[in-house]
Amino acid sequence: MSYGKLDHRNGDLPRGEHQMFRMHAQNITKPQTRTLPRRLRRLEAESIEIMREVVADFRKPVMLYSIGKDSSVMLHLAQKAFYPAKVPFSLLHVDTTWKFREMISFRDETAQRLGINLIVHVNRDGIERGINPIDSGSTLHTQVMKTDALKQALDLYGFDAAFGGARRDEEKSRAKERIFSFRSRGHVWDPCNQRPELWNLFNTRSRKGETMRVFAISNWTELDVWEYIMLEDIPVVPLYFAKKRWVVHRNGALIMVDDERLPLVSNETPELKMMRFRTLGCYPLSGAIESDAITIKDIVAEMQVATVSERQGRLIDTDEVASMEKKKREGYF
Amino acid sequence: MDTDALRELTFTDSKDQLRFITCGSVGDGKSTLIGRFLHDSKAIYEDQLQTLARDSVKHGTTGDAIDFALLVDGLEAEREQGITIDVAYRFFTTPRRSFMVADTPGHEQYTRNMATGASNAQLAVIVIDARKGVLVQTRRHSYICSLLGIRHVVVALNKMDLIDYRKEVFDRIVADYVKFASNLGFTSVAAIPISARHDDNIINRSRNTDWFHGPCLLDYLESIDIQSETAGLPFRFPVQWVNRPNMDFRGYAGTVVSGSIAVGDEIVVPASGRNSRVKQIVTYDGELVRAEAGDAVTITLADEIDIGRGDIIAKPTERPEVADQFAAHVIWMDQEDMVPGRSYGFRIGTQSSASGSITAMKYRIDVNTGAHVAARTLRLNEIGFCKIATALPATFDAYEANRRTGSFIVIDRDTNRTVGAGMIAFPLRRAANIARQPLSLGKKERTALKHQRPCIIWFTGLSGAGKSTIANLVDQKLFAMSYHTMLLDGDNLRHGPNRDLGLTESDRAENIRGAGEVAKLMVDSGLLVICSFISPYKAERDMVRDAVGDGEFIEVFVDTPIGECVRRDPKGLYAKAKSGMVKTFTGVDAPYEAPSVPEIHLTTLNQQPERLADTVLNCLAARGIIVPTNRTEN
Ligand SMILES: Nc1nc2c(ncn2[C@@H]2O[C@H](COP(=O)(O)OP(=O)(O)OP(=O)(O)O)[C@@H](O)[C@H]2O)c(=O)[nH]1
Ligand SMILES: [Mg+2]
Repeated sequence: MSYGKLDHRNGDLPRGEHQMFRMHAQNITKPQTRTLPRRLRRLEAESIEIMREVVADFRKPVMLYSIGKDSSVMLHLAQKAFYPAKVPFSLLHVDTTWKFREMISFRDETAQRLGINLIVHVNRDGIERGINPIDSGSTLHTQVMKTDALKQALDLYGFDAAFGGARRDEEKSRAKERIFSFRSRGHVWDPCNQRPELWNLFNTRSRKGETMRVFAISNWTELDVWEYIMLEDIPVVPLYFAKKRWVVHRNGALIMVDDERLPLVSNETPELKMMRFRTLGCYPLSGAIESDAITIKDIVAEMQVATVSERQGRLIDTDEVASMEKKKREGYF
Repeated sequence: MDTDALRELTFTDSKDQLRFITCGSVGDGKSTLIGRFLHDSKAIYEDQLQTLARDSVKHGTTGDAIDFALLVDGLEAEREQGITIDVAYRFFTTPRRSFMVADTPGHEQYTRNMATGASNAQLAVIVIDARKGVLVQTRRHSYICSLLGIRHVVVALNKMDLIDYRKEVFDRIVADYVKFASNLGFTSVAAIPISARHDDNIINRSRNTDWFHGPCLLDYLESIDIQSETAGLPFRFPVQWVNRPNMDFRGYAGTVVSGSIAVGDEIVVPASGRNSRVKQIVTYDGELVRAEAGDAVTITLADEIDIGRGDIIAKPTERPEVADQFAAHVIWMDQEDMVPGRSYGFRIGTQSSASGSITAMKYRIDVNTGAHVAARTLRLNEIGFCKIATALPATFDAYEANRRTGSFIVIDRDTNRTVGAGMIAFPLRRAANIARQPLSLGKKERTALKHQRPCIIWFTGLSGAGKSTIANLVDQKLFAMSYHTMLLDGDNLRHGPNRDLGLTESDRAENIRGAGEVAKLMVDSGLLVICSFISPYKAERDMVRDAVGDGEFIEVFVDTPIGECVRRDPKGLYAKAKSGMVKTFTGVDAPYEAPSVPEIHLTTLNQQPERLADTVLNCLAARGIIVPTNRTEN
């Protein structure tokens, strides 16, 4: 970031490619004015403010789009933040090639519906090495196909800021992370030496090669996210809703048989079960929950009495105690 | 959407949220307390509890019992060291209220992280170990809370189990604290005897403290009435971003930080003095008639006036301050001491790329006594009161009047670290004639008369590198080409206006600042100003760069290896430095920060000064500053 002067009219237009996004306004179709509960309104405004800061101060931001509920909310907030202009950045999906098929179709529909540029990045090197979640194990798969892939994509396109949909209530090391999370060269997070972050005065400066991860919905809880999705009528991947799907029991988790790539062990027979997902990722690594929640209202009600965390379903987190922190230091989301 | 969903479900959202912190000295039990809260308010899921039980065996400090601190001390280093290093933000909800808590570290080394947590809090739980009483960190944190505008504190006198729940201990320590805190400006100070470990007076009243008649901590937090911070304040709208999707729409995107505004209201941009009226208040969900504190909106105006990021929109009757000098409290947060006079980056509201400097330290505050101590600088975690000057006028309020428009952060221009946080007390020199009239004679007119493009040609390099020799030659050559020039030299300024300055880091900074100011005035008068200064620090050179327009600062790095400079030693200074007669000599025992991308880089070894001067002229020509051929005055 260069040091302009106090009156540096930065707000005018970020340079370069943003221009093209700003040429046409979003089609102005105004939904009915609705009243959100005060708390959600505050969270919404806070996230919008963060997004505008990024667009005003960074050269080339991007939004990491993981297709999950949090990404859906982030994207919705981005539309609000820049209205009537279109969302002035691209979406980046780091595709491990093991996402649920319904996620991929939802992703493509969403980008098309909103007219947003979508970049899909796959770590080709990982594919060539034959890395996959089943044989390579979740740790290596995540490292190569998610962390390395993300770093590749950020470097390849030269993004200097990347929005992530992580929330502080998700995990104990996330609870420690700043909203503007500075990454030194190589995308490294240094958790014991974070920049102080006072008030809403974010330090957006970085030198060449350094980047920022920006967690615009840091202060939302899982319940906030669902309530907001319900009240704002935000589309989410159908896998969040209960339906009869083919699953197998494996290592104490319910794994959906999403395609023929999932090798079944001798004693595994797929069963048709009423189930849904609380969190989505690579299908062989995502545990489903048995549920009858078929509407968002049901989901919110289920959430309010849930006794296990959403990360319970994520096989990648339990590998080692400090695994999330470790992955984040290495450049994970 | 299913409409009765709205009716049937109880929203956590309809409850207001209390944002509080825990603070106090290291090991007093803050994290344990928060872990306990999270646990007892059912914010912890079963799988997380299982993990906690496993973690307690491995990292716990509590023997066989569960170590609740491990619910919040989430970093590996924290678990290994058994202390909190950085602030954890956690959320929990009870039937009466929802909470966002920032659990802050007690260790002095991490005070800046405590300040981070405190900056957005409405209330502080000051945890004190009943065995130890009020300690330095208790006082420091209380002081910072007060400075940051927290008006409600509750003393949680913890580890009562270890002192047999004795009333007299509680009374003595609370009396101590109240005495200390009496002039910190808190509106309410409550005190509760607790044991975070054994859940006394946290979620439930404890039978171990029959003598205590107040509420338990949770009851207190659920019921305390905290006035909205922004209620009744004047309208302030810092512009974040100009939204211009097409030729027909120009909106100012931002969040109303205080007050409210309605369509048709008259507004002013205090920095320029321009007025207009609100035409629309645009949101994705439809246009609004009125926007209030906390609303993120986009405002359009009836007139086309020049507004950009960093401007504040206000009402003509309630204007913020506009000034380029102000007094402020500063908390220093960096390993490297503050350098008064040095150029720092400042972020004031949405004015995110301001530059300025701390021009004078008034005093440092002793956090133990509140006494004002004379000081020339601030070290890590020290708090002081100082004067600050910005390169261009800033728009702000006093912090006491408005937390959002009265705060700023200080950024090191080289490393980009956040090195300080400040709270503005009052403006020192209001920017005069705010509705600016064009000056009758300006730089443009003066320059036009001379038919040249003014600029600063800044030579930097070690003593003996050859700066003055080359600068003199450039000066003579330009003069011969009929350009109006002026030569400023380190030595002639040090004998003149900067006579009183020595060679310390901050005096060097001040010397360059002075030189920069003089050079800028000369640029305004239309001259090509040739400057020759060792100017060892990048921050100071950049400050001069920022003081003039784009392309008006040409940095010439005279690059001569130190060995060669010592060999030349034209003034015998290196010899003196070696013998200790001259202290803090650049290149010997003071650093020289070479420019990373100078406009002109001269490697002097085996080169004739004549040739090097020509190189400079060629570069100036390439930049369109001079015309390469001789010109004749017309
Ligand atoms: N006996 C007893 N021990 C306690 C109590 N509260 C905390 N402790 C113990 O005190 C030690 C320090 O507790 P922490 O919660 O980590 O203290 P802290 O204030 O968060 O420390 P920092 O964040 O590093 O400043 C731990 O071993 C706790 O188990 C209490 O009420 N009674
Ligand atoms: Mg702690």
